[in-house]
Amino acid sequence: MSFIPGQPVTAVVQRIEIHKLRDGDNLILGFSIGGGIDQDPSQNPFSEDKTDKGIYVTRVSKGGPAEVAGLRMGDKIMQVNGWDMTMVTHDQARKKLTKKGEDVVRLLVTRKSLENAVRQSMMH
Amino acid sequence: MDTDSIHSGYSHHSNRSRGSNKQSERSSRDRHKSHSRDSSSRSDKNVTISASSAQPQQPDQGSAPTDAQDDNWGETTTAVTGTSDHSLSQEDLAGFGKETEGPVEKLNCVRFLPLALILALGLLVLVTPLSFLVLPQLMWPERLQPCGTACEGLFLSLAFKLLILLLAGWALFVRPARASLPRIAVFRALLGLLTLLLLLSYWLFFGVRILDSQDENYQGIVQFAVSLVDALLFIHYLAVVLLEIRHLQPCFSLCVVRSTDGETRHYNLGQLSIQRAALVILEHYYKDFSIHNPALLTAAKSRAAKHLAGLKVYNVDGAGSDAATAQSRAKIAAAARQRDTSHNELYYEEAEHERRVRKRKARLVVAVEEAFTHVRRLQEEEKKKLPGDEMDPREAAQAIFPSMARALQKYLRTTRQQHCHSMDSIQAHLAFCITNNMTPKAFLESYLMAGPTLQYTRESWQTRQWTLISEASVTSPLRHGSEFQLKSSDFSLVVTSKAIPHLKLSEEYVHPKSHKFVLQLQSETSV
Repeated sequence: MSFIPGQPVTAVVQRIEIHKLRDGDNLILGFSIGGGIDQDPSQNPFSEDKTDKGIYVTRVSKGGPAEVAGLRMGDKIMQVNGWDMTMVTHDQARKKLTKKGEDVVRLLVTRKSLENAVRQSMMH
Repeated sequence: MDTDSIHSGYSHHSNRSRGSNKQSERSSRDRHKSHSRDSSSRSDKNVTISASSAQPQQPDQGSAPTDAQDDNWGETTTAVTGTSDHSLSQEDLAGFGKETEGPVEKLNCVRFLPLALILALGLLVLVTPLSFLVLPQLMWPERLQPCGTACEGLFLSLAFKLLILLLAGWALFVRPARASLPRIAVFRALLGLLTLLLLLSYWLFFGVRILDSQDENYQGIVQFAVSLVDALLFIHYLAVVLLEIRHLQPCFSLCVVRSTDGETRHYNLGQLSIQRAALVILEHYYKDFSIHNPALLTAAKSRAAKHLAGLKVYNVDGAGSDAATAQSRAKIAAAARQRDTSHNELYYEEAEHERRVRKRKARLVVAVEEAFTHVRRLQEEEKKKLPGDEMDPREAAQAIFPSMARALQKYLRTTRQQHCHSMDSIQAHLAFCITNNMTPKAFLESYLMAGPTLQYTRESWQTRQWTLISEASVTSPLRHGSEFQLKSSDFSLVVTSKAIPHLKLSEEYVHPKSHKFVLQLQSETSV
């Protein structure tokens, strides 16, 4: 998850498909996001690099669609339905996630443990 | 109080007669007698180079008799009548005043010499232009060409310029002497010499060009006189700049430390000679430094004596082999090894003293507050109803004083201030506070805190002769790092000077519209 300016960002990602739950008139996903290029990155408790302005999952509600799909707290969302999430404002990220027309969102998320797992499997 | 005015009169006389050993020669232009304006309420301080032996002894002799009657006033004061106490104090002070009037007569003529010089110069300044105008009229009146309006204009301007010159000279030079300095004031002497030189050269020209040749052009003569007055006005301008304005801009910061208890103050002064700087510092000393109380230093002295008395050195290996330094070094080494518990004593003693002072203070505050509740200002309407009970402030003070006298005396004894305040002064202060509608706290403030020397009665501060001790000449200007000492009979003030550094101030322009801000948010949205 390190970011070297000028180089493409590389990360080990996991695909997560969340089916939105219909709650009255709303479609909820069951997690909260924080971060964005208009926010203060130094207060992000989940990021390794405190200048990382990406979108992070700050809370996952128990039993919700996100937890069921395998999203964990502290994940960094890289893409939502093909839309990039590494250089967006907080509001743009929210909009991409809560489009009324879509029932399913496909996320690409990354976390530290993924990298470790890949590295370990490569070493063997 | 009647006796108070007599008291101040005596001390005032003894002050003025306590003249000076060597006056500074202040020569300048001046007309009026400055001596009659000597009614300043401040004493003449003597600053001499060599300490004179006789005079410092007298303040101690004078204050001893007043001390003896002070100690018992707290216990024995029941009802204070007007006559008995005042007559006692008047006799004592009469004796005190007479003692100091001894070596007076021989100093008078020395003191008046600069005044005589000033008067002479002033008279010369006044007479010279007028004589330039009058002498041709007297000596060859028929040959003088009459001059009309131009001369009249010149006469008018001459008259007004002379008037202005006299007023300005009076304002600048006719002032009561602040002090007598050890050496002459260099600038004043130079200015006097310059004036004299100017007058002499004008007289010379007048004598040679006008009197000898008997010039007929009267207008030219009048213009000559007017030019003299102009030149004198410019010399006066020079005097103002040199004597008053030059030392206003601060260049040096002086640190003044009192040698006995280390009280320190800092003052900013301009470019002055050392003797003038010493004078300024002394004036500030009387209003800034708290009064010097020798009773507070006895504890430290007794401790020091105990340190020294502890060890004795015996010479075992034969006489005369050891130098004195080896002995003292042995003493220091032994003292360092010894387990000294005197710090323990000091700590507990100070804690105990603090507790005692606070207890006495609490009792005092309560007593004074209660005493003040007994006195009330009489309103206008009530004056007609109760004609018999009225008292003026002095009587009211005497009436309520006994109830607080004991507590006050005990407090002063504990804080070792009892010699600074006599019973008269306390009653006078009480009457003053009652007259001005002050609260008990305002009355007590002068006893709870040690105030500056000016605050106390004249006896404790007026008898001051100071000696200026300096390695550099006292008329040399102050420099960075110059040090000198002002010695008084009980203590000395050590003064060091540092130059104020050259300050470099740069500017930074801030555009009024350049203040822009950005919010740093931390929002968390649930989706």
